[in-house]
Amino acid sequence: MAEKMELNEVEVWDGNMAASQALRQAQVDVVAAYPITPSTPIVQNYSSFLANGYIDGEFVMVESEHAAMSGCVGAAAAGGRVATATSSQGFALMSEVLYQASGMRLPIVLTVVNRALAAPLNVNGDHSDMYLGRDSGWIQLDAFNCQQAYDLTLMAFRIGEDHSIRLPVMVHQDGFITSHTAENVKPLSDDEAYEFVGEYKPMNAMLDLAKPVTYGVQTEEDWHFEHKARQHADLMTKVFGKVEEVFDAFEKKTGRKYNIVEEYMMEDAEVAIVALGTTVETSELVAKMMREEGIKAGVVAPRLFRPWPFEQIRKALANVKAVACLDRSSPNGALGALYNEVTASLYQNDNRPVITNYIYGLGGRDFTIDHAKEIFKELDANAKEGRPTTPLQQFVGLRGPKLSFY
Amino acid sequence: MKYLGWDELLPGAILFSFDEEMEKDACEVLPENRPYAETNSHEAYVGDWRVLKPVYNRDLCIDCQFCWIYCPDVSIISRDKKMIGVDYDHCKGCGICVEVCPTNPKSLLMFDEHVENEKALAQWPEKE
Repeated sequence: MAEKMELNEVEVWDGNMAASQALRQAQVDVVAAYPITPSTPIVQNYSSFLANGYIDGEFVMVESEHAAMSGCVGAAAAGGRVATATSSQGFALMSEVLYQASGMRLPIVLTVVNRALAAPLNVNGDHSDMYLGRDSGWIQLDAFNCQQAYDLTLMAFRIGEDHSIRLPVMVHQDGFITSHTAENVKPLSDDEAYEFVGEYKPMNAMLDLAKPVTYGVQTEEDWHFEHKARQHADLMTKVFGKVEEVFDAFEKKTGRKYNIVEEYMMEDAEVAIVALGTTVETSELVAKMMREEGIKAGVVAPRLFRPWPFEQIRKALANVKAVACLDRSSPNGALGALYNEVTASLYQNDNRPVITNYIYGLGGRDFTIDHAKEIFKELDANAKEGRPTTPLQQFVGLRGPKLSFY
Repeated sequence: MKYLGWDELLPGAILFSFDEEMEKDACEVLPENRPYAETNSHEAYVGDWRVLKPVYNRDLCIDCQFCWIYCPDVSIISRDKKMIGVDYDHCKGCGICVEVCPTNPKSLLMFDEHVENEKALAQWPEKE
């Protein structure tokens, strides 16, 4: 039996420690992992917990991230609770197997510490890897701080493993800004956390030898489409309700309230920033400052990035006049992903705000209070004019001549 | 096989090996007694993938089971540790059974697919 760890009511943990403690408390059966900056400490901490007797499960050291996710797929198909961690290039190497995991409906939990994708090589945080995962069929939850990285990792098991869902879940946090910043985190006790996550209930396990099953079949044009449609339909119709249910149960247990789309000062907001990750908290701080300058600013942040919260975004931004969608990933020849998603959602509303796109913070470039202030001021001008007063896509915090398009 | 709509499929594109759940592990039930599902590869004929076929000679076999252990496609049929023959519906003709056969002459030899087994047995080589 695994030893229990005595935790303080308030711990000082960085995002990596928060994620690894949540994995430990969930008593995962198999973690197959390969280390990569900045998520290395998640599996490093985890393996030391295991070596010190705090975990009963298996830790499998593999030769690459492709092998890590492959090991996870095998263990999950066999019938165990499974998790791993990665970032950036490792995430990219995993990407083939990410689709295998979701297509086989295996509820693996992947803690992703977001980091830029090379070239040029960069170890710092941006959302390129998170965006790379967005068509992979996984559920994607986004943490904006260390507490949320802990909470969402626990909740991820309960969401993905539910027999009505059976989908893998990524829990994202920002590289270094969250993963390596120590903050106050209020953990659950080991017993409370495990009680919340619940015992793993296998479904169609390969190790059930009385009812053998094949995973990873080949389907061609006569079957493939139906299987993909089934997966998409379940993502579109079943996940939102389950996420809400688990968020509600978590609030009852901890008092901490999570929403599929987080809103800050949106009751009467006229202008809003839509962002992900740590930028959300910076934007909230600045929104408060803008209120003192007479600009009715608010912030909207998708907690659930996939499946895309189409209805919740429409509702959150129903009454605003101008919206800025902040993308921390180079769209490489298009408008930003968040811009495209938000604009497509709001196009269906009667009220169509002016929507502009900002590319910022690539490779860990700071997103500052001044940047957010400038964006809110531009939004205010857009709101007053009722049309864009700036180009549709602008780069923020970039050296050289102002870069913008459309 | 009947085509199903997307809403009729099992999540994960999984296929169960048998039509019904067994009372014990499948490995304890002889293949001929297993309720194979229509989608089980046991039900698919793939013998035409073969160019050369292994022919089995009962008179020389010592029932060592090497071929049964080494066959990568479970195509050597054996019961109670007695060799019975080759499952020509699934054998791909890889020749591993012949390679591992320890008798002299061998109890399994590869012949052209079109050679009848009786004719193959009639031209079996002598002991070296």
